[in-house]
Amino acid sequence: MAKTELIVSALENGTVIDHIASNEVFRVLQLLNLDKSQDTVYMGSNLDSKKLGKKGIIKVSNRFFAPEEINKIALASPNATIIEIRNFEVVSKTKVALPEEIKGIVKCMNPNCITNHEVIETAFTVVPHSESVKLKCRFCEKFTTKENMAFK
Amino acid sequence: MKNKNLISITDFTKEEQLHVLDVAEGFEQNPQQRILQDKVVATLFFEPSTRTRLSFESAANRLGARIIGFSDASNSSVTKGETLKDTILMVSNYADLIVMRHPKEGSSRYASQVAHVPVINAGDGANQHPTQCLLDLYSIRKTQGRLDNLNIAFVGDLKYGRTVHSLTQALCNFNCTFHLVSPTELKLPSYVKQTIKDRNLEYRQYTDLAEVIPFADIIYMTRVQRERFADLMEYERVKNAYILNQAMLKGCKDSMKILHPLPRVNEIATDVDDTPYAYYFQQAKNGVYVRQALMALILGAKA
Repeated sequence: MAKTELIVSALENGTVIDHIASNEVFRVLQLLNLDKSQDTVYMGSNLDSKKLGKKGIIKVSNRFFAPEEINKIALASPNATIIEIRNFEVVSKTKVALPEEIKGIVKCMNPNCITNHEVIETAFTVVPHSESVKLKCRFCEKFTTKENMAFK
Repeated sequence: MKNKNLISITDFTKEEQLHVLDVAEGFEQNPQQRILQDKVVATLFFEPSTRTRLSFESAANRLGARIIGFSDASNSSVTKGETLKDTILMVSNYADLIVMRHPKEGSSRYASQVAHVPVINAGDGANQHPTQCLLDLYSIRKTQGRLDNLNIAFVGDLKYGRTVHSLTQALCNFNCTFHLVSPTELKLPSYVKQTIKDRNLEYRQYTDLAEVIPFADIIYMTRVQRERFADLMEYERVKNAYILNQAMLKGCKDSMKILHPLPRVNEIATDVDDTPYAYYFQQAKNGVYVRQALMALILGAKA
């Protein structure tokens, strides 16, 4: 009988990032620098998902992420789930959450902000309790939102 | 407050703001106090602002400090392509305090991260101008005897006027009621209104200046600029509605005072200048005392 699906081998140890918005898989790879990783990385995009319709997924062998490292993907994909696997067993499953502060990564949307004119690492505080992602620039104090967000 | 930067009015707590006003009162009583004779103050004006620069330099001079700096970026190494970081690092070697005006928003915050000496923001683009805010607070307290529970009317361009935004934020500490008079196109931005709501304070919006005159304690005028309007017909229609003249002041409170960050163009008719309500030139004078107080406090000199 012909195989109807490709089986990606299960991780022995490592991290699965599930429920990524389909169009953001490549962005998430970049945000975590996995495009330059020496570890085995599997990625899938446009997979059927009951929850999201379509979703993306990334599996990385032998890598575990500190919360501040991985939470930045919430900027691109706020519904992502992080699953840690050790010895083929799921040891933890958490939803990403935005950190209080974002350094680098995002450009300030204000064209007159000094960070768009000199080589400066951007810095934002995440505005709590807002409906969607809202970042306040530490320099010009203007707000960058999901709609006008560009990544560096 | 020693060695503190002043970039945004919210960098100072309410208590610190009030302390600056108290110290400024001392300088109004006795402006010549040469307590910074061993200090060098740099005034770096990457864009020209004669009024603000002269006020800072007058304040520094009255304290006996020496002043270095430039009044226009074309007189500095910026024209040679030097980065802001390098300019600030160099000046930090030469001065004990940096006063800086720059056309880019966030430039002063960045300078304060780079500099080894304290930085006072004298205006960063459309963002903040905290010393203006403090001198406005000083002028309000001086004329009304208090900052609490006042009816403050802001008039004109409330959308782009940065002085209005920071003064609103500062007055939210004092339980004031805000009366916002502007053309529909130039209403106060929603994030500033949200600040008022977050403090459970009240604001009301008007398009007719005459409505607020009977009960306002302070009328804070700003200029309605033609270039802010997408529709010039609309500008022509509303421009005269936001010009204050002597006849309109009938029935105002005796204690009411008119403030303006200056320069004024025509939004306050000259016949208002001789009324007891005009306070805008005194307001500018107060700026010197407030800047003296700030420099003395930040450099740790006892007034």
